[in-house]
Amino acid sequence: MIEKTVAEIAVALNAGDISSVELTQTYLDRITQFNGELNAYITVCADSALRQAKTADEKRAKGSNSPLLGVPLAHKDIFCTNGVTTTCGSRMLHNFVAPYDATVVEKFNDAGAVMLGKTNMDEFAMGSSNETSFFGPVKNPWDTKRVPGGSSGGSAVAVAADLCAMATGTDTGGSIRQPAAFCGITGFKPSYGRVSRWGMIAFASSLDQAGPLCKTAEDAALMTNVMAGLDKKDSTSIDKPVEDYTASLSNSLDGLKIGVPKQHFAEGLTAGVEQTIREALKEYENLGATITEIDLPNNHLSVSAYYVVAPAEASANLSRYDGVRYGYRCEDPADLEDMYKRTRSEGFGEEVKRRIMVGTYALSAGFYDAYYRKAQKIRRLIKNDFIDAFDEVDVIIGPTSPHTAFEIGTKTDPVTMYLEDIYTIAVNLAGLPGISIPAGMADGLPVGMHIVGSDFAEAKVLNVAHQFQQQTDWHQHKPTAFGKEN
Amino acid sequence: MEWETVIGLEVHVQLSTESKLFSSAPTQFGAAPNTQANIYDLALPGVLPVLNRDALKHAVKFGLAINASISNTSIFDRKNYFYPDLPKGYQISQLDFPTVGKGSLTITLEDGEEKIIGVTRAHMEEDAGKSLHEDFHGMSGIDLNRAGTPLLEIVSEPDLRSAREAVTYLKKLHSIIRYLDISDAIMAQGSMRCDANVSIRPMGETELGTRTEIKNINSFRFVEKAINYEVQRQQEIIQDGGRIVQETRLYDAHRDETRTMRSKEVANDYRYFPEPDLLPIVIDQAFVNSIRATLPELPDAKKTRFAKEFGLNDYDASVLTNNRDMADYFECVAKSSGDAKLAANWVAGELQALLKKNNWEIKGSPIQADRLATLIARIKDNTISGKIAKAVFEAMIEDSSNVDDIIEAKGLKQITDIEEIAKLVNEVIANNPEQVEQFREGKEQVLSYLVGQAMKLSRGKANPTQVNQILREKLK
Repeated sequence: MIEKTVAEIAVALNAGDISSVELTQTYLDRITQFNGELNAYITVCADSALRQAKTADEKRAKGSNSPLLGVPLAHKDIFCTNGVTTTCGSRMLHNFVAPYDATVVEKFNDAGAVMLGKTNMDEFAMGSSNETSFFGPVKNPWDTKRVPGGSSGGSAVAVAADLCAMATGTDTGGSIRQPAAFCGITGFKPSYGRVSRWGMIAFASSLDQAGPLCKTAEDAALMTNVMAGLDKKDSTSIDKPVEDYTASLSNSLDGLKIGVPKQHFAEGLTAGVEQTIREALKEYENLGATITEIDLPNNHLSVSAYYVVAPAEASANLSRYDGVRYGYRCEDPADLEDMYKRTRSEGFGEEVKRRIMVGTYALSAGFYDAYYRKAQKIRRLIKNDFIDAFDEVDVIIGPTSPHTAFEIGTKTDPVTMYLEDIYTIAVNLAGLPGISIPAGMADGLPVGMHIVGSDFAEAKVLNVAHQFQQQTDWHQHKPTAFGKEN
Repeated sequence: MEWETVIGLEVHVQLSTESKLFSSAPTQFGAAPNTQANIYDLALPGVLPVLNRDALKHAVKFGLAINASISNTSIFDRKNYFYPDLPKGYQISQLDFPTVGKGSLTITLEDGEEKIIGVTRAHMEEDAGKSLHEDFHGMSGIDLNRAGTPLLEIVSEPDLRSAREAVTYLKKLHSIIRYLDISDAIMAQGSMRCDANVSIRPMGETELGTRTEIKNINSFRFVEKAINYEVQRQQEIIQDGGRIVQETRLYDAHRDETRTMRSKEVANDYRYFPEPDLLPIVIDQAFVNSIRATLPELPDAKKTRFAKEFGLNDYDASVLTNNRDMADYFECVAKSSGDAKLAANWVAGELQALLKKNNWEIKGSPIQADRLATLIARIKDNTISGKIAKAVFEAMIEDSSNVDDIIEAKGLKQITDIEEIAKLVNEVIANNPEQVEQFREGKEQVLSYLVGQAMKLSRGKANPTQVNQILREKLK
């Protein structure tokens, strides 16, 4: 049962093959068995999960059959959950119990999903390997010496190792898609503004976007159906009707125009990943799609621009963690300044402090024009590249990451780590929808394929991903050590 | 050397809205600490701002009232600094694209001259909370009730040339804001606050001198005192061969002096950048027009109309239009009583004095406009004399019954019956043979003494004109 997709679980629950309580207990047992090794969860909510499962079973008995009713999920620990510790992977919030639910959490609650717990993540979502978490690194179930990617590494591992049926994540520069690629699962970042950010702890407000991590594009569609929508509490959420994203999954790809950016097949891309993606593109040709090479001339500027804009916003977003009202406060402060300095020095990890420093510098008098303003200009150029590209093609496809999961502790230079997101970052800067799906294996590790659509073309992206998964079974490959029913 | 003073004011006005600028928490003054702060105001992780449309309407209304340009697109920015009563570690304000652009207002100087004062801009921002340093035994308390309250910061051009002018401008601003009903604008409660930028330069010089900014001035009187002190201080420094340091100074009302708060060298770099949690505010002409339609008649227009319609002199017209409630009250009294001049005298005189003495608002006055109008009508129709009217007015403060009933009950009605007056006059003649004799010998001025005696005898109720007339007849 644990290998089933969300869509299949819903069928099984409806048929009475299993109850939500049984299913929830199965996942809880697996968490008990494997979380010590994988470190995917920071908090597990066994009692409340079983209560929610019981309620879901009762509702189903009374005739309710909404698709996610009783389906166990995990939330990235960046979403505020009422009455449950919400740490954002940081010492700063290690003791913070949120008094309210994020809109995303509320929507899953309303849909009857069962929350198993909160997943590990890079501290304040700053990282691409899940090594910056205050709660320790998360292990990749395909090879526990390797990272799962980040920052939504806990969610990706929880899905890949069947410690939940589905999970939420957030993606500021690739934080859903890259861990999905490393863990061999499906991870979807909708367009900026499609999902409410209320209650989602901010890293970089103009880039952050919530999305699903799950086994298939179909599950991603089911989850996006629940997550998407205008929220009056988030002024940047979009007032645009939410489609039923499952409705167009089966559309034919005959005549689909796929753009392949030459910049995504250039220096730095490993041979195994390149070969896997080229093979995958052949599947699309078999489905009637045409492949064209496209040019994204400003793509090479995206990492630099991102590492000005994101830290700048973060430097302000993280100012509220001052030890005054909640969260970590240093012992026996001598005075106010001492309290600020030590609280923030002790409460934040190295990477977070590095980005606060970079962002503060970029916004400082005398540097603003050279950094922040210039980065915003580059951002517009990058957006324009995509607009031009989408005049000619329907979707853009390439690798999610230049390589497969790397070993823990091997990337110690921050800039090398920042280059992890070289293919995904531009999509955040442009606010576009993007998905990573398993496209094959290289050296025994999963390879992710990145599919990007134009503004609010969620349905198209999911359709293109789903059609690939109808032809291939890469999304069904499992890490042997954790993937089996016990 | 003769010096010229140059002053620009930055005035913060708390906009009257039911909820805060970016959260739904209420904004009432004086509630128990932290009872009016919700999760947004506390800056919990994950919260987001949502603009209060009423605050935007108020800002636009103000802009239209001072003939300012209203920006099609205005942008909120984050102003970053750490302070315990600033929960987010940044204040959401407007830097380069404020909602209200250049405008102006006209003030009347002491010599009757009119002067136009430029307003550079007015922008919306959130207020901070309060740090409380007493009662916490070496610790500080934070009250976030005020955090997030909408403010409009109105920045004037450096067009003001004396402390008096500054106060006149501030009072005019206050008057307009109260007319628009967009703020309580009570300086003592902090719903209107004033910072003054002050510099001096030799008379005739066109370059501006180095300025200091005086913060924390919380009454009209202190604005004048603080600026005067600061001008004096700057003159003394320059005359002693020193230089003015650009800095922020605090006004201490107890000592009547300004002192250094922080100098420019250690000033904060606020690292402003556009607020990514809010979209630019786009205002279309239809919105502006809908706000324009709600603009009331403003003090200048009302003053002109009062002068013309009621024949008031400049001074009365001015006094009676400073305050919108006062103007409405006067207009009601003038129209119902049918005598604008008397109405002006009573409203600006007795009534004003009564309110001031008791610290009452005109809206809460125990003497409502219709009752004062009746009182004035009774003076006009000779039911009572002007002097008796004052006694009736006094009685009306405590007694809310009908004006005519009060006059009747207190027996204050004027005696106009000839028989009765003749009786009084006879008594006076009998009691004052000496004065009567003097009058008959041609000493005219004795008559007023005799009239006075008759009035006294009637306890002021006799019609003095009639007394005079009958007395003359009897003494012929």
